[in-house]
Amino acid sequence: MPNVQHVSPKPGDTLVLVGTMKGAFLLRADARRRTWEVGGPYFPGHVVYALTYDPRGGRRRIWAGPNSMHWGGMLHSSDDFGQSWTNPVEGNVKFPQGTDATLKQIWQVVPGRPSEPDTMYCGVEPAALFVSRDAGQTWSLVEGLWNHPQRPKWQPGGGGLCLHTILLDPERPATIRVAISTGGMYVTEDDGATWRPSNSGVRAQFLPDKYPEFGQCVHKVVQSKQRPARMFLQNHWGLYRSDDRGETWTDIANGVPSDFGFPVALHPGTADTAWIVPLESDEFRCTPEGKLRVYRTRDAGAHWDALTAGLPQDGAYETVLRDGMSVDTQSPVGVYFGTRSGKIFGSADEGETWSLLADGLPPVIAVKTAVV
Amino acid sequence: MPLLFLIPGALRPLADQRAEIQAPFGGGSLGQALEVLWKEAPALRDRVLTELDQVRPHINVFVDGCNARDAGGLTAPVAPNAEIVLLPAVSGGSRRVPIC
Repeated sequence: MPNVQHVSPKPGDTLVLVGTMKGAFLLRADARRRTWEVGGPYFPGHVVYALTYDPRGGRRRIWAGPNSMHWGGMLHSSDDFGQSWTNPVEGNVKFPQGTDATLKQIWQVVPGRPSEPDTMYCGVEPAALFVSRDAGQTWSLVEGLWNHPQRPKWQPGGGGLCLHTILLDPERPATIRVAISTGGMYVTEDDGATWRPSNSGVRAQFLPDKYPEFGQCVHKVVQSKQRPARMFLQNHWGLYRSDDRGETWTDIANGVPSDFGFPVALHPGTADTAWIVPLESDEFRCTPEGKLRVYRTRDAGAHWDALTAGLPQDGAYETVLRDGMSVDTQSPVGVYFGTRSGKIFGSADEGETWSLLADGLPPVIAVKTAVV
Repeated sequence: MPLLFLIPGALRPLADQRAEIQAPFGGGSLGQALEVLWKEAPALRDRVLTELDQVRPHINVFVDGCNARDAGGLTAPVAPNAEIVLLPAVSGGSRRVPIC
């Protein structure tokens, strides 16, 4: 087994949680974010799509959803930054009897609202949402979504039929949005009892009806905490903004080399600033022209600027996946992304300049952040 | 001779580090034999079986040297003194490569 390294974060430090095809890693830096320590690998050999940090209720808890091809997957947590992890006797995220379904992959785990410190949500493949009301000890299927009459018509995308995004509306306690590939975005306004699609204006390039009610291959959606009406959506072809909480979507692919891509990250302080990493096409899922460019808008998508300082601009055929980019809450905001080639890049100045924080990791599939 | 289970290395931390587990068994099916194992090491159950009580697709269970998948799966007959080997399948590189 590999020699596992550990990091020891202090209050105010920045953490970058990295999920890969062969384990998880933790990157730590102080608030200046100039030098980084790397901890891990945790869960070596396991695929880790889901990672999050839960600071509620006085916790300093990391959650991970490693999956073994052989032994399956379940959620594990650590209260000491990876030095030890829970290892539940029973699978904690399981489909109940009668669903005729088995868990294939844990794709997303997110803490609930600050007002509900023991609530957590988990998105999985096959596409389903689970909720915990006891701080992650036990989980139950959100049956309102599972029993949705449109669910049998959802189709698996290249990554499987996964529920990969969970957004808790910051102002409306009973409103949750989820994104499913390929089902599109769905919203509940009664805490999960009933759901409806919310994809008006989002293109489905791969269907005869280009603007169906549901069935879009949504890659990532983000929602502003400060101005919750503002959302951004990176689609399987299509880059969109909503100013009405996702009820309608407007194309904002203005000046980008491609509107195909996976991740989108939103500035925590201003709802007009977001970052994306366009890829050439669904046929060739690499950065266009062999140039690794992050694009940033500061005017809600009216314009996008290429950010390249410190990023390779020659022969860089990289891929950044849907959960492969994230921002921190430091000032100025830090932006981080990971590539399928095992590199982690970071910027401590909102994308103006970039540094290689780690290299030689397994293929990166998730990048999350925390300020501890 | 009791029933003998050979535990793969990856699962031993969930079985008190035991490489072998012996337990009395009166004979029956593989499913019944595994119930004996779950009593000895409860954490192994969800690592070996899915929610549908099926052996996970990339795990092989050998009963006296015979792959149970070819002998009726969980209904395969198991003698009271059988040797049951749990092994991860040699399929590590064949899984689909997620692209999304």
